[in-house]
Amino acid sequence: MDSEYAIEAEGLRRVYRTRTGWIRPRRETVEAVRGVDLTVRRGELFGLLGPNGAGKTTTIKMLNTLLIPTAGTARIRGFDVVRETREVRRRIGYVFGGDRGLYDRLSALDNLRYFAELYAVPAREQRHRIAELLELVGLTGRERERVEGYSRGMRQRLHIARGLLHRPEVLFLDEPSIGVDPVAARELRRTVADLAANGTTVLLTTHYMAEADELCDRIAVIADGRIQALGTPAQLRRRADGRRVVEVEAYGVPATALTALRDLPGVRETALEERGALQLLTVQSDAGVDVQGDVLRELAGVRLGRVNSREPTLEDAYVAIVNAA
Amino acid sequence: MSAVRTLGIGTLMHAKHLSRSSFEIALALIIPLVQATLAVYLFRAGDEPHRLLEAAVGAGLMGVWSSVLFGSGGAIQNQRWQGTLEMIMLAPRRPVLVVLPITAATALTGTYALLATLLWGRLIYGIRLDFAHPLRFLAAALACVAGLGMFGLLLASTFVLIRNANALANPLDYPIWLLSGMLVPISVLPSWTAPIAAVLPTTWGARALREATSGGPVWPSIGICLAISTACLILGAFLLTSFERRARAAGTLALS
Ligand SMILES: Nc1ncnc2c1ncn2[C@@H]1O[C@H](COP(=O)(O)OP(=O)(O)OP(=O)(O)O)[C@@H](O)[C@H]1O
Ligand SMILES: [Mg+2]
Repeated sequence: MDSEYAIEAEGLRRVYRTRTGWIRPRRETVEAVRGVDLTVRRGELFGLLGPNGAGKTTTIKMLNTLLIPTAGTARIRGFDVVRETREVRRRIGYVFGGDRGLYDRLSALDNLRYFAELYAVPAREQRHRIAELLELVGLTGRERERVEGYSRGMRQRLHIARGLLHRPEVLFLDEPSIGVDPVAARELRRTVADLAANGTTVLLTTHYMAEADELCDRIAVIADGRIQALGTPAQLRRRADGRRVVEVEAYGVPATALTALRDLPGVRETALEERGALQLLTVQSDAGVDVQGDVLRELAGVRLGRVNSREPTLEDAYVAIVNAA
Repeated sequence: MSAVRTLGIGTLMHAKHLSRSSFEIALALIIPLVQATLAVYLFRAGDEPHRLLEAAVGAGLMGVWSSVLFGSGGAIQNQRWQGTLEMIMLAPRRPVLVVLPITAATALTGTYALLATLLWGRLIYGIRLDFAHPLRFLAAALACVAGLGMFGLLLASTFVLIRNANALANPLDYPIWLLSGMLVPISVLPSWTAPIAAVLPTTWGARALREATSGGPVWPSIGICLAISTACLILGAFLLTSFERRARAAGTLALS
């Protein structure tokens, strides 16, 4: 079977049923994904963005066979993820962020040997493939050390090497750059871009907008378990066309000031981001209206740092899309 | 052929991982010493030298059994805690090929307890290691390890289906020693235990070891031990497949 699409999903839904409490157990249901449709072409680098709890990981796990969808269907290279699990697994790689999921008391080399065998890499290719990947993720020379002594970023790089062992046609990367230092993150982006250039299909989730902007051919913004927007980074950025962004560094913005800002004429979105002691206040407004004076008036009495006015970025478009959801 | 290789490498890696756990190492140092002592003091009364060796072998086998019971019973839960369960289940393999190496590894590391018990018995208590059939003893020991590894798969796959299965492992530890005749001959147990003993692979493994130690046919017992274990393996493989399916439906492959 050969399909033009690497990933196809129709009406994917996923409900989690959980039990909480010991003495009087309460059953709860969470609708994590509420109807996701998407298609990803072969060799495409597709980004899945969205706030925490939006359903990104759940979507990925339905596509990579770890979760059975509550409803809907999905195919990887034409193979159904529920009925043709083994065919799907042969063709996919999965890398998730974080430092779990490895055998800590084994060396990186042993971890890779084990997974190479498990993921059916032909015996005579294993040694060469492992050496190649260690080189790729920059762990050559440290491969005989036990993973328990690895830093977070080193573990993350080992995760990536493992995900690539069997040369998957479709690669799922769930926040692969978490805990990776800036230089290594740049190398990781280059690796991912190279893979896609060589025909690997990549589905990537990340919270770093610049990463998504640089890498992805198309991006879906997901919130509340639904796709809220889908397009190329340029198309998504256009969502914020006709807007202007004022950024204010502040210390201790009261909640009342924030609501007041939202009600100012011309203001479209506000967002407050904590950066240590500092807060970064972002106010999006219609480009025709100069809101900077009004914003500063509302913030009277609050200690302020730098103030600047700029063109919107992908991140601003993302904020607008998520806030509208 | 490739399945055999996968099993072999998997077992080796899991045994390596297990044997480096400081908890396991501490247990491995203490338990065989206790067991050798137990064997000697329980059976010193008997004057026949073979009885003492037999007891040491039986005590060693108890060590293998404990390793399998706790290691295999908790195998899947341990993988879940480490976050490796998803990654191994994602392999394009039958679940049995993924989990059997883990339970086989618990039997393999448990063998250390058998060897160490014999060694302590020799060093501290001067038990003479003169087996009636040394080669058959080796064969019986290998059969015990293989059989317990397969039996472990059944444990692994039933324990995941039961809530708080860890609590179940403790009360199973001791009765199985007794029932399988590792410590005292089955003939002294009440007759209602006989049918239970007959279907436990541990009974036949213990019997093969005893026959090789003190004289006896050995091979039939090995054969029965492996046959029962294979049945456990098949049943366990079946249960594992259904576990995998259920866990994917319930979303319980990962800790959440
Ligand atoms: N195993 C589970 N059991 C119950 N609820 C779950 C489980 N996994 C996820 N959820 C819930 O489903 C929703 C979606 O979670 P998911 O992990 O898919 O989000 P996400 O987009 O990946 O978020 P993040 O950016 O934080 O990784 C959340 O409300 C989460 O609490
Ligand atoms: Mg996630």
